[in-house]
Amino acid sequence: MTEEKKEISPYRERAKDQGTYATKPTAWTRFMRIFFPYQLWRFLVINIKMLRMISKGHH
Amino acid sequence: MSRLVVLGAGISGHTAAAFAKRWLGSDHEVVVISPLPHYNWVPSNIWVGIGLMKPKKVIVPLAPVYRRHGIIFKQGKALSIHPEGGEGEKKPFVEMEWTAEGKVGTREKVSYDYLINATGPRLKFGATPGLGPDQFTSSVCAEDHAFETSKRVDEMTERMRRGERQRIIVGTGHGSCTCQGAAFEYIVNLEFELRKRGVRDKAEILWLSNEYELGDFGMNGLHLKRGGYITPSKIFTESLFAERGIDWVKRAHVTEIQKDKLHYKTLDGGEGEEGFDFAMLIPPFSGVGLLAFDKEGKDITDKLFMKNGFLKVDANYEQKPFEEWKASDWPRTYQSPHYKNLFAVGIAFAPPHAISRPRKAPDGTPISPTPPRTGMPSATIGKAVARNVVEMIRGETDHPKHHASMAEMGAACVASAGANPFTGTAASMTVFPIIPDFEKYPEYGRDLGFTFGEIGLAGHWIKILLHHMFLYKAKMRPGWHLIPE
Repeated sequence: MTEEKKEISPYRERAKDQGTYATKPTAWTRFMRIFFPYQLWRFLVINIKMLRMISKGHH
Repeated sequence: MSRLVVLGAGISGHTAAAFAKRWLGSDHEVVVISPLPHYNWVPSNIWVGIGLMKPKKVIVPLAPVYRRHGIIFKQGKALSIHPEGGEGEKKPFVEMEWTAEGKVGTREKVSYDYLINATGPRLKFGATPGLGPDQFTSSVCAEDHAFETSKRVDEMTERMRRGERQRIIVGTGHGSCTCQGAAFEYIVNLEFELRKRGVRDKAEILWLSNEYELGDFGMNGLHLKRGGYITPSKIFTESLFAERGIDWVKRAHVTEIQKDKLHYKTLDGGEGEEGFDFAMLIPPFSGVGLLAFDKEGKDITDKLFMKNGFLKVDANYEQKPFEEWKASDWPRTYQSPHYKNLFAVGIAFAPPHAISRPRKAPDGTPISPTPPRTGMPSATIGKAVARNVVEMIRGETDHPKHHASMAEMGAACVASAGANPFTGTAASMTVFPIIPDFEKYPEYGRDLGFTFGEIGLAGHWIKILLHHMFLYKAKMRPGWHLIPE
């Protein structure tokens, strides 16, 4: 592989284009994803939702 | 005394053997035949593959666990099933070949009253020239593969620290692959890890897969209620990739891989090639190649197994178009239609058809995911089949009463997107049922009340919790049976 080929960087160019049409999270969403108190609450909620789903599927 | 033989000690086989022994007690024998000396908690292999965990953290040596619980362990690979017995053997038996040190290559006939085939997949790296850890790509399908992959990641990191740009491709190495979820977890974890190592700006990362749309995961995608909309998983997956600067090529069948370049064709008949410095591509799966013989020694492999090597069970294998697929086509008891004492669980059972809509390129090459049946559903199936076998052994019934259809059960999936207790995230998803049932849920095939997903730190904590819980369960420590599948 030559250095010249590596400089072409086709993925990077395409990524910009594909990313243009994709939904992206706001700074607030990204913050809430790792905001400790809120995630503690989500930890409980997700576990309850998963247990509900598991109990629905057991025969 | 009856004997249950379980072939394979992966998630489904180990679950089946453990529960069967617990329920049967010392009145009956449970024998496990598996070629490796350990159990591997496969979902954590992605962390081995980026260097966050050592392989020993994701495996459990089987011999001491089985010794403690009275399960007979024979380390070897099953070669053939003889469900009617054979020359000199009145009882059905399995012919195996030992792989344990000191006995390598020794063959043995192991008779059984009931047999559960949980042999898992054969990793078909040979399906694409150049694919696999012995060739030009890496893998996280087994812990030793993942460890080798982590070394390649370290080497790549060093090159980036020296200022070299590196091109990374992660995804599926063939048009008929399944397990996109594992590749998805790997790509986002790798991206997170490269950021952590301070070299992300030197990496160009590409997702390349056989999915029709991102977020298909071999399940025809899923729909989630979110923000006042019912949104397909494609939107969330594209969003995550766009946020992380990951490019993607979808609907692709990799045709050939060379040292630093791969070639692929796409569903619309197009062809492409991409150079790479590092690639982690999942191989297609097949059955492990078990043979079957009747009592006269006649080969009945085609009767018991599908062409892809998976065991036929109580599914509807009639060939029909996608529009006519039904949830009821999927098996409920996993019992062989030919032998009442033969079952298949986990990846070893033959699915009646895919879950994602099958598609072909103009030249007839299939490019669409095959159905996943790993993790939670495979353990649930293993447990249900064990319960049925136990009841049949005890004479409580002559037919399986418990069922575990993937069209009647949900699955929870936690896909790690970055491993750190404070800044990591994971996508937590549930889907119900796994197989869309358009008769019951006409619009989306699934119950949207039980199908949800979100990404956040809480998901990472759950992923860590699952890692420790399921390894504890695999070790059959006190109370292991109380941990849900």
